[in-house]
Amino acid sequence: MRHLMSPLDFSTKELDDLFDLATDIKNNPEKYAHACAGKIMATCFYEPSTRTRLSFESAMTRLGGSVIGFSDANSSSAAKGESVSDTIRVISCYADICAMRHPKEGAPMVAATKSLIPVINAGDGGHQHPTQTLTDLMTIRSMKGSLSGFTIGLCGDLKFGRTVHSLINALVRYENIHFIFISPEELKVPDYITEMLDEKNISYEEVISLDEAMPKLDLLYMTRVQKERFFNEEDYIRLKGFYILTKEKLEFAKPDMLILHPLPRVNEISVEVDNDERAAYFDQAQYGVYVRMALILTLLKWAK
Amino acid sequence: MLNIGKIEQGFVLDHIKAGTSLELYEHLGLDKHDYTVAIIRNAKSNKMGRKDILKVECDPSAIDMDILAFIDHSITVNVIKDGEIVEKKDLVLPKEIKNVIKCHNPRCITSIEQELPHIFVLADEEKEIYRCKYCEEKYTRKDDN
Repeated sequence: MRHLMSPLDFSTKELDDLFDLATDIKNNPEKYAHACAGKIMATCFYEPSTRTRLSFESAMTRLGGSVIGFSDANSSSAAKGESVSDTIRVISCYADICAMRHPKEGAPMVAATKSLIPVINAGDGGHQHPTQTLTDLMTIRSMKGSLSGFTIGLCGDLKFGRTVHSLINALVRYENIHFIFISPEELKVPDYITEMLDEKNISYEEVISLDEAMPKLDLLYMTRVQKERFFNEEDYIRLKGFYILTKEKLEFAKPDMLILHPLPRVNEISVEVDNDERAAYFDQAQYGVYVRMALILTLLKWAK
Repeated sequence: MLNIGKIEQGFVLDHIKAGTSLELYEHLGLDKHDYTVAIIRNAKSNKMGRKDILKVECDPSAIDMDILAFIDHSITVNVIKDGEIVEKKDLVLPKEIKNVIKCHNPRCITSIEQELPHIFVLADEEKEIYRCKYCEEKYTRKDDN
């Protein structure tokens, strides 16, 4: 039984097939409107995450399937102390596929080892959030035409941002990608990431200023810089403006640069940027549904 | 000079880092059996200065070599049969260890899930890095030494 725990669980060939399927779904939605008729997805969300849960539910509904589930631990048997292993055994009797979000790291993996149905990790603490990475890859491939041969700037909190770490790990499997890490000193990308890039001989730069990096970028992946991550207020006030994307900063960007963001946005991208044709973050949310539809279909097919 | 008799069948674990034999004794679960065990601590060693030695009279299959290798793969394992050394085993780091060390990440599912085994997987043989199978928390053997 195949599950999805980490973006690296799928080979690049399997990812290509997945993205091809997602593209076909995007172009021919009616062809897939009943593809999961009679199938049930369980969304087991032990912590609230409205966006991810609704994306999964939208995906299954658009495939003609049904959804059951819970949206926080208090409304599930976990509140009574039931283990993840027991819960998934029971859910396996009720549903054909399960998307699980859990605050404890590795919980979906425990579920996968006991499950009779495919399990999708919909986020486990600060560990993995593979469908966000699949969404990012799908967006890049669809809007740039390829997953190789570009310069990507990752901007903001690169130290704690799991979406950034997952995306880097996924992108290193493709060719000719140059990374520019744009962050304050306090929120630099962890050493184990730069060591991995050094080992694989993959080129990267670490810079503090977004303005400095902007003209070189084919893609800009924005994340939020949270105030509580800084050691002192002074540094925060000094640096926060560096990492807010505005129309003025975009004047130095390439005309076909793509702006991505995992969302939700707080203030790191000015609202005026939304109208710029390079802004791709709402398209990204749409691609997230297509790629989840493709993932559900693929895992159900493999489970047969 | 301390004199400890020969064993007929079992193991002599030599070149154990001085002061760690009791820990090894526990990890190997020797306290749960009635084997005859000699624990020699701080013996003189040309190679190490001081070393510990464990002599265990037991069935050859009684010792988990993976646990032994995980704890210290530089230990010399002499297999004894009929009072003689019949084999010297080379220890290699095991690919996976179960319930030998605990994951200390408070955010890991092992912290709450009932009876879930603590499994660590060898991630980097050269650097001797293991990672929790569930949350990938790092455990470096070299840090522990």
